[in-house]
Amino acid sequence: MTIATVALVSIGAHPASGRARRAEQDARAVELGLELAGDNLHVLHAGNPHEPALRAYLGMGLDELHVLEQPDGADAVPVLRDYIREAGVQLVLTGSQAETGEGSGMLPYLLAEQLGWPLLVGVAQIESIHNGVAQVLQALPRGQRRRLQVRLPFMVTVDNAAPKARQSAYGPATRGLVDARVVEIIADELSTTGLLQPARPRPKRLKVIKAKSGADRMKAATAKAAGGSGQVLKGVGAEEGAQAILKLLIEEGVVR
Amino acid sequence: MSDIIRRDPHAEWIARNRLHPLHAAMQPQQLSWMGPNGVLRKSVHGVGFIGPNGIKRIDRSGAQQGGTSKRTASVEVQLPLHQVPAPAFYICVVPDMVGGRLSSHDRDLLGLARQLAGSDGAVLAVVFGESKETAFATAGVDRLLLLDSEGYAPERQVLGLRAVDNQFSPRHWLLPDSRSGGAELGRRFAASLGERPATRVWQIKDGACIGRAGAGLQDVAQPLRRLILAAAECAEPVSDTRHEVLAVQLSTALASCLPRIEDLGAVDVDPAAIPMAEAEFILSGGNGIKDWGLFHRAAVALGATEGASRVAVDDGFMGRERQVGASGVWVTARVYVAVGISGAIQHLQGIGACDKVVAINLDPGCDMIKRADLSVIGDSAAVLEALIVAVDNWRQSTLTPALSQREKGPISVAFNG
Repeated sequence: MTIATVALVSIGAHPASGRARRAEQDARAVELGLELAGDNLHVLHAGNPHEPALRAYLGMGLDELHVLEQPDGADAVPVLRDYIREAGVQLVLTGSQAETGEGSGMLPYLLAEQLGWPLLVGVAQIESIHNGVAQVLQALPRGQRRRLQVRLPFMVTVDNAAPKARQSAYGPATRGLVDARVVEIIADELSTTGLLQPARPRPKRLKVIKAKSGADRMKAATAKAAGGSGQVLKGVGAEEGAQAILKLLIEEGVVR
Repeated sequence: MSDIIRRDPHAEWIARNRLHPLHAAMQPQQLSWMGPNGVLRKSVHGVGFIGPNGIKRIDRSGAQQGGTSKRTASVEVQLPLHQVPAPAFYICVVPDMVGGRLSSHDRDLLGLARQLAGSDGAVLAVVFGESKETAFATAGVDRLLLLDSEGYAPERQVLGLRAVDNQFSPRHWLLPDSRSGGAELGRRFAASLGERPATRVWQIKDGACIGRAGAGLQDVAQPLRRLILAAAECAEPVSDTRHEVLAVQLSTALASCLPRIEDLGAVDVDPAAIPMAEAEFILSGGNGIKDWGLFHRAAVALGATEGASRVAVDDGFMGRERQVGASGVWVTARVYVAVGISGAIQHLQGIGACDKVVAINLDPGCDMIKRADLSVIGDSAAVLEALIVAVDNWRQSTLTPALSQREKGPISVAFNG
């Protein structure tokens, strides 16, 4: 099974220090690709090929990294789209959000829309690919999983539910090749209209008590949490009580 | 207003003092009068007063004066109704509706929509699938559009949103930038429209919006976009007004599309592997549990994550990591079943974010019963036994298509995020 698999990677930033590093989610996408395609994984980056942090991906056991050379503030979508179209790719893996720049998370959606491919979001595991049909586990909030079925070619974004990326080794990272390619440069609109500034701490939400009287304010400050109008089943048999509970659990959809 | 009966000695004093200027107003209302046909009419409702214990007392000695007023039951405050008969424009909101109800993130978003709509615009909520929500009016929804949707069908939902966009051409689209679906749907919709959205927006002011960028170390400030994916707590929820939730319809039927992504349904996840803080359904045991083997069997039968009160943990029946409450885990479960937990204030703090609380307890007066939406007074062992049987019977009777997956057993999931 060799499917031309591409992992799109970007340069990340450490959340505390802001130092350049491999992006957490993109590294997980590379990990998923390595498990799926092994050495046939094609890792692609659009940006500066001389960035040292890019070599951290090579340290995951890759021989080569392909770079479409672009300056900061250029639009990566058209060049990636053309590259993927020409290369006959069947599966594209990527993280869900960049750690530098705007990080809107729109790139996979725009690529999938322009390529006309289905896009699977927040994938935890690719279970199987048989006869061009893939079964994929999607991660949902609250630790839940959903199984999806889709035809090749398709695009996948991973987030923190995907398997953790392997460590990057220094030796392979320095030995690996970075294959840079010159492409057309298209400026991104945000670089002219948007303004990046250091993040301001968000104001803490205050608990505003709209009470007319002092007694109400006192009550709001001291009262215990109370549901108020709860239904109390008293003096009923255990079976009847259990039925009532089960009815609520089924209504809420937690018992399957 | 509290239900506690309080005496007002000042009012009683005014009622007794015939020289006080307010004396006449404090007199009990007239109890009998002469009717037009010369028949004496009596009002039986105004008789007597509510005593200090909340019991109605009738004093026939004629000495009763005052005290009947101000003892009215608490009245539900009716908020003023905000009406938009002919909206100049629409602000569209697509709430997540986790579990069929508005989440706090959805309410914040509706508050933001209200700000953007001002007095001329109307807030149009587009809701997919079934909704159990009853408080759309106080959340600030002027118009409500219900679209049917089953399972995971993002492509169909985008088609629905495009139809709404064509018909109402809203001035702004607001979606929650949340993992529960809003972030995905909003970005799909933006890509389909070919418009650039403003993402992770946390402030909108003077025609500009600020959103988090990158890994959260930077903000991006840009002019206000038509499509806004807003973060939680982007605005205060609506609290001062009531809104007419007028249902609107799409003028055209939704074009059917062949879904490229097929939903094979939810997969069983080992509930014990889900971190407690994010578990959806928790079965929690306390001091009232005598048979812990039965408790574990009930948790397996229900497919619930296990939790415990501090007493149960201190006594060694459960691990420390399973403790719910102020000194343990603050849980966010949608459904929390408390078995044999009386509800210490620290425990009630820990379950403050839970949506539905079910209590099984012997003591009908305990604090957990006051918090719970459904309580069963009885022996926990008997109720748990009956619950296991009832769940098994229900599973047998509804042979779901997921059963074939169930036979494979739950998949093990590594949580490493």
